[in-house]
Amino acid sequence: MNRFDIVGHRRIWYAFSSLIIIAGLICMFTKGFNLGIDFTGGTLLNLEFEKPADINDIRTIMNDYVAGNTQIQMAGEQNDSVEAQNVMIRTRDLSQQERENILSGFKEKLGDYKVLREEKVGATIGSELIMNAVWATVISWLLIIAYISYRFEFKFGLAAVMALIHDTLVVLSIFSLTQKEIDSSFIAAILTVVGYSVTDTIVIFDRIRENLKLHFKRGGDIEELANRSIYQTLTRSIYTVTTVLVTTVALYIFGGATTKDFAFALMVGFAFGSYSSIFTATPLWITFREYSEKRQAKKRVNPRTEK
Amino acid sequence: MRRDSFIKLAVVVVAVVTVFIFFIKPLAYSIRQGLDLQGGTHVVLEGVDTPQAQVTDDAMNRVVKILENRVNAMGLTEPVIQREGQRRIIVELPGVKDPDKAIEVLGKTAMMEFKDEDGNTVLTGTDLKDAREETDQQGQNLVALEFTEDGAQKFAELTAENVGRTISILLDGSVLTAPNVKEPITGGKAVITGNRSLEEAHNLALLLRSGALPVKVQIVETRTVGPTLGQDSKDKSEFAFTIGVGAVVLFMLLFYRVSGLVADISLMAYVLVLLFALKMLDATLTLPGIAGIILSVGMAVDANVLIFEHFKEEMRLGKTIRSSMDSGFKRAFVTILDSHLTTILASIVLFFFGTGPIKGFAITLGLGAVLSLFTATTMTQYQLKWLIASDIIHDHRLLGSSLFEEKAVKK
Repeated sequence: MNRFDIVGHRRIWYAFSSLIIIAGLICMFTKGFNLGIDFTGGTLLNLEFEKPADINDIRTIMNDYVAGNTQIQMAGEQNDSVEAQNVMIRTRDLSQQERENILSGFKEKLGDYKVLREEKVGATIGSELIMNAVWATVISWLLIIAYISYRFEFKFGLAAVMALIHDTLVVLSIFSLTQKEIDSSFIAAILTVVGYSVTDTIVIFDRIRENLKLHFKRGGDIEELANRSIYQTLTRSIYTVTTVLVTTVALYIFGGATTKDFAFALMVGFAFGSYSSIFTATPLWITFREYSEKRQAKKRVNPRTEK
Repeated sequence: MRRDSFIKLAVVVVAVVTVFIFFIKPLAYSIRQGLDLQGGTHVVLEGVDTPQAQVTDDAMNRVVKILENRVNAMGLTEPVIQREGQRRIIVELPGVKDPDKAIEVLGKTAMMEFKDEDGNTVLTGTDLKDAREETDQQGQNLVALEFTEDGAQKFAELTAENVGRTISILLDGSVLTAPNVKEPITGGKAVITGNRSLEEAHNLALLLRSGALPVKVQIVETRTVGPTLGQDSKDKSEFAFTIGVGAVVLFMLLFYRVSGLVADISLMAYVLVLLFALKMLDATLTLPGIAGIILSVGMAVDANVLIFEHFKEEMRLGKTIRSSMDSGFKRAFVTILDSHLTTILASIVLFFFGTGPIKGFAITLGLGAVLSLFTATTMTQYQLKWLIASDIIHDHRLLGSSLFEEKAVKK
């Protein structure tokens, strides 16, 4: 077989993934995340003015009534310009009075507006959301390890979960690098990526299991078998990631502002979910297998030291 | 047999395509829409312990009942009021015109007190039988109160003892009005004057009628989506759906030709069944929910791809079409089952830990996995069976070619 030896070059893939993740982790610890008000608590106002409003006027009005950090985003026909009709304001959790002051200030100085979206989230709710998200993710990992260990064996389960942790970290890294906003729908995106990543990995593992059962003799070339399984499922892998990416790209381009970041997270996650099934999960399974075989061989040579 | 199978296949294809084209939109629009699509306000209230009243299960249930009264008086279609956890209540107000007023009305404790000049509370809101807004002859807006029998007695005593002095009517600790008592009132009726507008009088009457909340509540979260944004989200989702699903349908035709058509029919049936199931379950369609549906379409074809790849592999081994299909199907099914079950696992976790729109997303994702397991196996299998039995495929290339030709088994 003169195909490219994928699992044989596993050190390269490990290095590549480690590089992204290390860069991401550094970024996560230094820059952190751009957490939305869903997590931090705060107020979001998305207004559409009748006449284009100037960002400086908005900032002045905000500063008159609210001390502290305020983010103002101008959108609309000319993107990110100083003047726009569609204005998104994010600030701390405002009291009813502060909010009324700001809104009447806008009306007075900038003319009439329509409220497109308004959100006000208390800080305790936000921190609960983070805890729930972490729990949801960890529990889904454990369930997946349990399921795969039951259907396959523990080494497959471990490799699959490490691959999906890899995917989760990559998505987190990219959101930290780009400083895109993370809101509650991001959790849904991460868990969807988790589901997809495992699904994709299982298809290859299933093939490995089948090939092991049908044609594997003791002492056979396990790397060759893994490579063969990857190539046998490669058409499917490519077709499926294509259709899934097509739908997320459609969401990203046409889905509107609220689902844009959500679709972006999915796009990154699916791309790496497919990558990791081939270049992370399968090689990892080989590594785990080799490791446990070495240990067993040691046991056979020198049974007393293990006891 | 040949013609029989062909007719069966043709009927299924035509039926699914027709139903899809004509009913997909009305079906999708008949599902209840979340606030992010139709516009409205979402409020989360939290019970707070005070020295006077601790938050208990019973108290929170009473709060729900009282909030229901207050919300029903707003005249909205399908408001939702439900408890979440120990001390939270979620209120959803679709299409509410004035969110600020609505939020204010919800959050008020509405504890009414009648106090004498020395500050002793003589009557409370529980002594009230009814409260109505009215406009008197001078054009003054007021709230007309009617006391219970017991309340009327107490009110008569209060006014009798305080002739020539002022009594005060307080709501949540602040004085609404402090009239001077000219003579004892024994009829069991009183009015609260000093309302600026009839609407204000209406809201006050409503609060008094529905009664005071047994515990203090605090508004911890509000989300309002204006009708413009809601409509915009709907239009954009519809477009994204059309493009996304259209592209997948096209891709499958391109990749797998005749089998691709079979997959597309299963896919359309899948979307229809999914929407129908959501409607039957009375689920609420949210923006992330729609994203979930579009996404699940991309994933649902995976089952078909797996079947077709196994199918072609078996054929390359020199088996007949029919036996290739049987064994290819059997082998693919194991993989499909494993991969779907993990998606279902993930969506169950998401459902239990998520709130609001995320729950909606989890439902569509999980339901999608269950249903696509069904459509991909039964629908695709039957169609393929009929397709082969009708004996119209003579060239294997009609079933699509693989990117990586591979001899599956090496002896």
